[in-house]
This record gives sequence, C-alpha cells and structure tokens, in this order.
Amino acid sequence: MHNMNSESNSPKIGDYGIIGNCRSVALISRTGSIDWLCWPRFDSPSLFGALLDRNIGGRFAIRPTGQYTSTRRYVGDTNVLETTFQTETGIVRLLDLMPVDSEENKRHTLWAAHQILRIIECVEGEVEIEVLCVPRPDYGRKQPRLRYRGALGFYFEDRGNAFILRSEIQLMLSVDHAEVVGRCVLQAGERRRISAVYSAGEPAFIPPLGEFAEHRLQATLRWWEAWAARFTYDGPYREAVMRSALCLKLMSYAPSGAMIAAPTTSLPEKIGGVRNWDYRYCWLRDASLTLQSLFDLGYRQEAEAFMSWLLHASQMSQPELHILYDVHGETHLPEQELDHLDGFAGSRPVRIGNDARKQLQLDIYGEVLDAVYEFVCRGGRLDRATARMLKGFGKTVCQRWQEPDEGIWEIRGERLHHTYSKAMCWVALDRLIKLHEQGHLRIPLELFTHTRAAIRAMIERHGYNESLQSYVSVFDGDDVDASLLLLARYGYADPGAMRIRQTCALIHQRLGRDGLLYRYLAENDGLPPGEGAFGICSFWAVDCKALQGDVAGASELFEHILSYANDLGLLAEEVDPETGTLLGNFPQAFTHVGLIDAALSIARANQGKLREPGAEQTKMTGAKL
Amino acid sequence: MMSLNYANIFLWGFIATVFLTTLMAAGQGLGLSRMSLQYMLGTLFTADRNRAMAIGFTFHFVNGWLFALFYALVFESLGKSNWWLGAMIGLGQGLTVLIALMPILPALHPRMASEHHGPDPTRQLEPPGFMALNYGRQTPLITLFAHVVYGAILGGFYQLAGTAL
Repeated sequence: MHNMNSESNSPKIGDYGIIGNCRSVALISRTGSIDWLCWPRFDSPSLFGALLDRNIGGRFAIRPTGQYTSTRRYVGDTNVLETTFQTETGIVRLLDLMPVDSEENKRHTLWAAHQILRIIECVEGEVEIEVLCVPRPDYGRKQPRLRYRGALGFYFEDRGNAFILRSEIQLMLSVDHAEVVGRCVLQAGERRRISAVYSAGEPAFIPPLGEFAEHRLQATLRWWEAWAARFTYDGPYREAVMRSALCLKLMSYAPSGAMIAAPTTSLPEKIGGVRNWDYRYCWLRDASLTLQSLFDLGYRQEAEAFMSWLLHASQMSQPELHILYDVHGETHLPEQELDHLDGFAGSRPVRIGNDARKQLQLDIYGEVLDAVYEFVCRGGRLDRATARMLKGFGKTVCQRWQEPDEGIWEIRGERLHHTYSKAMCWVALDRLIKLHEQGHLRIPLELFTHTRAAIRAMIERHGYNESLQSYVSVFDGDDVDASLLLLARYGYADPGAMRIRQTCALIHQRLGRDGLLYRYLAENDGLPPGEGAFGICSFWAVDCKALQGDVAGASELFEHILSYANDLGLLAEEVDPETGTLLGNFPQAFTHVGLIDAALSIARANQGKLREPGAEQTKMTGAKL
Repeated sequence: MMSLNYANIFLWGFIATVFLTTLMAAGQGLGLSRMSLQYMLGTLFTADRNRAMAIGFTFHFVNGWLFALFYALVFESLGKSNWWLGAMIGLGQGLTVLIALMPILPALHPRMASEHHGPDPTRQLEPPGFMALNYGRQTPLITLFAHVVYGAILGGFYQLAGTAL
C-alpha cells in the first residue's frame, strides 16, 4: 500500500515506467510521480529530478490522497502509460503521454515542441486526488519563482526557456511560489486534464485542455498503433519483443536518427555504490545489433536514419572512431560530478558527461563496419565520401590493432590486449574485404587481407588458453569475460567449433549466477567491487545457445531472463541475481536490443536457419548514404 | 552614380570564395566541424550526396560572386574600401548566417530535419541549431573566421584595384 506521504520511501528502479516523444522521455513511478524529465532533449539538465534526489530534484505527481494500491500497463501497443489506483473509496485511472503525431498532421495545427499530458479519471466510487508540481531546473540547482497568469496557467521562465502548467483541477501556488498544489474529489465518470509544456527559446504554446487534449490523446494512440502495425516479427515472445521495440523507439532521437543508451544518468550498478554513469549518449558499440534488430522487426526507416546518423556523426572524428557521441555527433562530453544531489538511494556521486569518451576501444571499428555491411547487404548504397571514410577506418585498424586498449567494458585502468577487441578488428577488415569483393568500395586489398590473417593468428596464439581450452579476456591471461560469447555472433568463429563451445561453457561456469551472467569477475577495474549481472550478456548467452542449435535451452534461458523485467516489460542495464532487483540506468536500450536479437535467434533456430553476416538480403530499396 | 569594376568583383569574388571554401573544408578535414555549405546548398536540389556536392559547389561560387557584388556596393556607397572594413562586413555576414539563418534553416530547407521533428524517423539533414553548434563546437569560430577572411580579401583587393573613391 502507498499513500501520499510516501515520498521518503524511495521507489526501486523497476518501479518506473517511461513515456516519450523521441526527443525526451519522462520516468513515472508507480505512485504517479514524474521523477525524471530532461527538456528539451535527453541530455539536457533535468527539470524533474526526484529520481536522483528526493528532496531537491523536483517532481510532478498526481495520485490519491489516501491509501492505495496501483497497477500499470501500457495502452495496447503504444507508449501511453496507464496507472490505476485502487483506494478504499473508489478507483481512479491516470493516463500519461507525450503527445505525438505524424509530421504531415502536425503541419495543420500548432504543436507544443515539448508537452506532457496527464488525464485522470474516476472509474468507480469517489476518490480525492492530489496534484503536486515542483519544477527544479538544472538538476535541482535552481528554484524557480512560479507565477499564476489566470487562464494562461502557471508559468516560469529560465534563461529564455518557458515552462507552463495548465489544469482542469483548481491549483494554487505555495507560499514561496516554488510549487503548484491542488486537491479535488472526483466522482465516477469525472475526468480532468493537466498539461505541462516547455518552450526552448521561442514563444510558448499554451496547451488547450478539454476536447483538444482528448484529440491529442487519440492522435497519440493512433500514431503509436500505426507504428506498432509496421512490426513484422511474428515469432516467439512477440509481446516482449514488441515492448522492447516500443522502448527502443523512445530512445531514438528523431531529428538526427541517433539512439541513446538510456535516458537516465547515475542510476547505480550497486545500490549505494559509486558505479554511477551518464548513459544519455550514443555508444557506437552495439550499432550492428541495433541496426539488425530494427531491420528485422520491419523498421527500415528507423534503421536507415540510425545508419545515416552513425556515418554522419563519425565524420568529425574520421579516420578514427570515438566511443560515444551526443545525439548530434558531438564528442566533447566532459564528465562532472553533481555534488549537490544525494543520488538514487544515496548512490553517489551523480555524474553527467562521460569520460569514457577519452578511451581507446578498438572493437568499435568491427561493430560499425559490421553495421555498414548489414546495411549494404539489405540494399543500402554507399556514396564516394562514405566509402572513402570506411576505407580510412580500415587503415586505422591496420595501424592500431596491435595497441592495447580499454576494451568493451571501458575499464578505467591500464590498457590491455583484449581478445574481443582484436577479434572485432578482424571483423572490421573482414567486412571491408567483403564490401570490396562485392564492388561497393575499393580498398588496399593485399594490406587488409594480410592484416586480417595476422590478427587471427595473433588471437589464436595469445587469445586462446590451451590449458583452459578457452578463449580468454586478455592475451596470455586466464580469465574469461562475456564479450567472448560474441565471437561466433560476429562470424569470427563457427558457433559449433569446439573452441567456442568450450569457451561458452567456461563463461557460464565462471560468470553465471542463477541463469544470469556477470560481464566479468576477476578483472580489476579500479572501482570498489559490486555490480549486478549484465542484462545484454545474459541475452548473448541465449543467442549463443540458439546459434549452436540448442533451441530448448535458449528458450528456457530467455524466459528466465525475461522474468526479471518489471511489470511493464522494461529492463535496466543490470539485475541483482540475489534479489532480482533491476540495477543501473533504466530502461537500457542495449538490454532491449539484446532481448530482440536473442528472440530473433531463437526464431531462426526454430526454423533451422543459422545467421551469417549479411544473410538477410531483403527489400533492395537502394537507400543511399 | 556608382561605377563598379565587374572584372575585379568577378576575380576577387572568386578568390575570396576559394579561401572561404578552403577554410571551411579544412575545418571539416581537421575534425573541427561538420558544416559543409556546399552540401547544405546542394541538398536543396537533390538528395543524392555526390550530385548535391557538385550542385552545391557551383551554387556556392555563384553565391560568392553575388555577395562580392553586394560588398562592392557597400564599398562604393561608403566611398572607401580596405581589408578591415571588408573583414567587419564579413564578420557581420558570418554572425547573420550563424545567429539568424541557421536556426530557421530547417523551415526553409526541404531536406533538413528540425528540433521539433519526431517521432517520425528522419534520414534528412541534421538541423544546424543555434550558431550551427550541432555541427561541432568549433563551427561558429571556423565560420566566422572564414567569412572574415572572405570580407578582408574583397575589401583589401577592391581598394588595391583602385575602383573605390
């Protein structure tokens, strides 16, 4: 049971749902409180940030005043969130959405650039509800002075940006003008709308309520239903895959096509710990899996937009690739600690920006070039400038593959020779050679072929431990990490090869906990120990089993991992195997990419198909980059 | 009655545009900015990148000449020209482009996404944003510098050509 005074009871990470409009998202708790919202875009400073500080972060809550229990669901295959509060006197239902519509329809009427619409309806009995809106811009560092402007609503302005709140429930300002509060009793059948908008440096849109708001709700439902209707996957776990696709869509930035890793910062990998990072940026890692997932689910436009962003963003750093970019391709993302915030459940520090940007991670080249190869195999074409850029990446691989790096896990310590990084260098050159052979670009074939062979020889000599009969994390080492599960996935080795089977077995033996996988155990990463099992690694294990033809084992494992998702089907970066609690930034795009990819692998294995790089050569539309 | 020296405008307009283009391209090559005026202009007419670059390049040079003509008119109307006056006009032009033109470009350009775009996916040209900062933090500096050099060349050589005064 919850009640309105339950602010001190911090929600768990899995207690949140998400709504959005492909430019920003809001995280809403089971208690109807928007505890995280960054406007105007994902990586802007927070306006509501109670997620990271219950006292000063700011929130926007609508809920019953008395004791209640709540249940949640998304309305059909949409990103409109419905929270139902059951009280002793009745039932109320809260709908939360960021209104969306097609670009075509938006031309015919004025739209707020950034809007949240909340509709509360009493469906049974009578229920007293409370509204509390406490905006705290700039990660809670600012306490705005709100003004009441009559029919124009409550308002504040901060450096040319305006926030407006309008409501069909009578609200009033607190004494210090820092909060808007109100209460009302709703009878069965009564419905009230509340809307908040934000304008960044332009005249604000005054959000109409009443029928207008209902039309926005209907338009939003229609848009998401139409988007979901493009979903072509009809294999096992369809519902979970659909929810993952809808979640992934929310983490794409429509104006550029970028895909952020997660919409939050500093949700801890261990409660009370220091492994708190800002994930509101775009990692090139998993570009390939993301692209394939979008293509395979029928979202070709999104896949092409993502590919276009990926190549556009990497232009500034060519012929080298950076680890992460913002939604417009900026790489200068200095890390800062926000000392004034308590952090989620006391997990400090809270960080913004990400210093992983300075690292060398050679695997990126393989992941990006594999994505390009998939794109071309599905009918995409490369223009001359892009082809030159890709050749440049290949030359960089030839020059740098022998260097140690920080590796896929972004260890903030000594650079090492990571086996997975070397294997992905092999993948990078392999895909360029294939593109050359298919006539899509021209490369120095002899150099690339010779280097590819040299990399393989080096991996087999130093990346494989004869006494363990397994590939190992770093050259001449004796530890394993979960990235080695991907060697077969990217076509470096046959999934049925004895070396791969033995490596998978050792990874499960050493890193497995209750059906989940840690990413690594033994590696000294320079931070205090303690983190959860990694969501995407656990799905890689499913993929590995499916590739080896163990469909029953893969399905059983998939269902087990899926059981850790929250009631809305959302997953974080990690899971605590002991308690089942979700950990880390939430929801995590790449965990959901892993889910989709694993389900697709099971579907293929069911049909007796094995995945090969570029195998899905369908729908030659000739999209050009 | 102003007497414009069209041959000089043509010659120095071309040279100034070469410098402006080279500086902007150097900014791209050095990884400081992704701003390509040619590409942005070319995609007004076609989505094909290779054709867009060719069309944009031509269009860009025509623009360079037209602006050289405008600069010459300003020099003539003021009755003087020198490199720093040209540089000041170039600075003004650069600021106008960055502050006024770039943010509204998505509304004018048929293949450019806007910050209001979504959730419909886009493979359109990325919006430049205020001061074209979306194309890299150094973009405003490079753009201003290139326009200052463009203006300085026109101002300096229009004076040397002796057509002013």
